[in-house]
Amino acid sequence: MANPGINAGVGGGAKAPSPILDVRGATLQYKTPKHLVTATYKVDFDVYQSDRFVLLGPSGCGKSTLLKAVGGFMQPVEGTIRVRDRVVKAPGPDRMMVFQEFEQLMPWKTILQNVMFPMQATKRFDRGEIRDRALAVLDKVKLSKFIDVYPHMLSGGMKMRVAIARAMAMEPDILLMDEPFAALDALTRRKMQEELLSLWDQTRFTVLFVTHSIEEAIIVGSRILVLSPHPGRVRAELNAERFTHENVDMPEFGLLMKRIHGLLFEESEPVPEPETEAVA
Amino acid sequence: MNALAGDVTRAPVERKEFEVVPIDATGIGSIEKPLSLAERLADNDLLRKLAILVVLAVVWEAYARFLGNPLLFPTFSETIQTFWRELTSGVLLDRTGVSMQVLLIGYSLGLVLSAVFTTLAVSTRIGTDLLTTLTAMFNPLPAIALLPLALIWFGLGIPSLVFVIVHSVLWAVSLNTLSGFRSVPEVLRMTGRNYNLSGVRFVMKILMPAAFPAILAGLKIGWAFAWRTLIAAELVFGVSSRSGGLGWYIFESRAELETAQVFAGLLAVIVIGLLVESVIFRTIEARTLQRWGMQR
Ligand SMILES: Nc1ncnc2c1ncn2[C@@H]1O[C@H](COP(=O)(O)OP(=O)(O)OP(=O)(O)O)[C@@H](O)[C@H]1O
Ligand SMILES: [Mg+2]
Repeated sequence: MANPGINAGVGGGAKAPSPILDVRGATLQYKTPKHLVTATYKVDFDVYQSDRFVLLGPSGCGKSTLLKAVGGFMQPVEGTIRVRDRVVKAPGPDRMMVFQEFEQLMPWKTILQNVMFPMQATKRFDRGEIRDRALAVLDKVKLSKFIDVYPHMLSGGMKMRVAIARAMAMEPDILLMDEPFAALDALTRRKMQEELLSLWDQTRFTVLFVTHSIEEAIIVGSRILVLSPHPGRVRAELNAERFTHENVDMPEFGLLMKRIHGLLFEESEPVPEPETEAVA
Repeated sequence: MNALAGDVTRAPVERKEFEVVPIDATGIGSIEKPLSLAERLADNDLLRKLAILVVLAVVWEAYARFLGNPLLFPTFSETIQTFWRELTSGVLLDRTGVSMQVLLIGYSLGLVLSAVFTTLAVSTRIGTDLLTTLTAMFNPLPAIALLPLALIWFGLGIPSLVFVIVHSVLWAVSLNTLSGFRSVPEVLRMTGRNYNLSGVRFVMKILMPAAFPAILAGLKIGWAFAWRTLIAAELVFGVSSRSGGLGWYIFESRAELETAQVFAGLLAVIVIGLLVESVIFRTIEARTLQRWGMQR
């Protein structure tokens, strides 16, 4: 169960648990010169403190778009997105994004400088403590040996660790990850999933994680939002707190996989929505 | 045929499976294959280029001797002698100094203007339209064609030269910089915006370094354009200024039929171009793009 309040000190109040992220009826659209593409339609969900909340859905169903909207890079045409009761209007360091692409690292900065950069740019932390914080978080992702090299000298998995470290060092309200491990090979991906979970065990951060791998969703996530094919609508919300790498072989794991598979790929409605509509 | 016919069983060669402990790899850091002297020499950029220059010089010398007309085509050795004489007497250095001064003023002014224009262009839509329109209009216009106009506006002197140099630098650098900015990966832009960077700070901290390969290419082209424009402008620049630059030196020498001096002047132009390219720009490249893995 997604149970808030594990990290008792963080909420800082005796209030009833209120969601960190509150998405209400969010419809997201792209306006291109020729078409109006509806990426998601009236999506609702809540993410609570220390959730590992996974957005799962077939390719093109609007997962990235939803994440971008939470990040503040686009506005819903209908509905609202709130983080800590404030409506999201623009990008900000309280919601740190981690992308799939390795290009997100700055090639002109060393690993250490990359991790320090957002802390310096946003002035969120005292100047004296930035370096130590960066070193500490790089130590957590086992990159202490590589602090002075440039990103192009790292392997894909290491680059991804830098990106995660950089985002975590900012201690955002919520970490937004868009298929962070999709560009990695299967072995590295598995290792990164384990590392992410062990990092989570240490600090219990809140993360919104996009993937289109059912297995990854079950292993990484504590709660899974299943989206329908394009345009993305809510199909189901499931709990997956119980499962990790250790119990991949358990029958329940297989059952959950099957269930999600069914949700994703069985025809649930006879008439699929048209892909695009002409601009009025 | 026989061999194929005999190959009835298509079973793979049978081999035993095995597992071993990997061999000891401590001390792997010291494995280094020493290169032979010839390999090291061939690996040296400067040396290879020098070799090309030597060949060119030999061809020049041979052809000039075959021609035997120093008024039309002095030999390489004569040119070098004259070059050395003019250099040590200080004349060439003086002239180069004058040219350089004007050049640096014009070049830096052009860069500053270009920075302003491109920053405007990436921050506002009207700025983009302005820059692309102006570039499309003025980039094809040879700077020298503006010289008559410059003479009318600024008279005979440094301001006119600076004007044409700025014109030749500004559009080339802006065009490159803007296209560099535009090809910065979307995730890098989003990352920058995620950190609340915007406006000038976004341009300085994200776009400029990310587009640095294109910017540096623009700087090089701008430099070459500026240098060419300056020499050409000085050549047609008239008589009044007594201490003209290199272009004027070449023009004077031609008037006095000192062909070897004309060649020495041209040589100076080339040497400076080479020095700037292979020392200044190479160093910048090695310190930035190559270290960052943005260029091989
Ligand atoms: N910049 C854009 N302009 C127009 N349409 C877009 C744009 N980006 C995405 N779309 C459309 O929006 C829909 C959702 O795209 P999105 O990238 O969010 O999908 P996704 O769920 O992340 O898919 P994937 O799993 O393949 O990454 C798609 O139909 C896509 O064509
Ligand atoms: Mg996506």
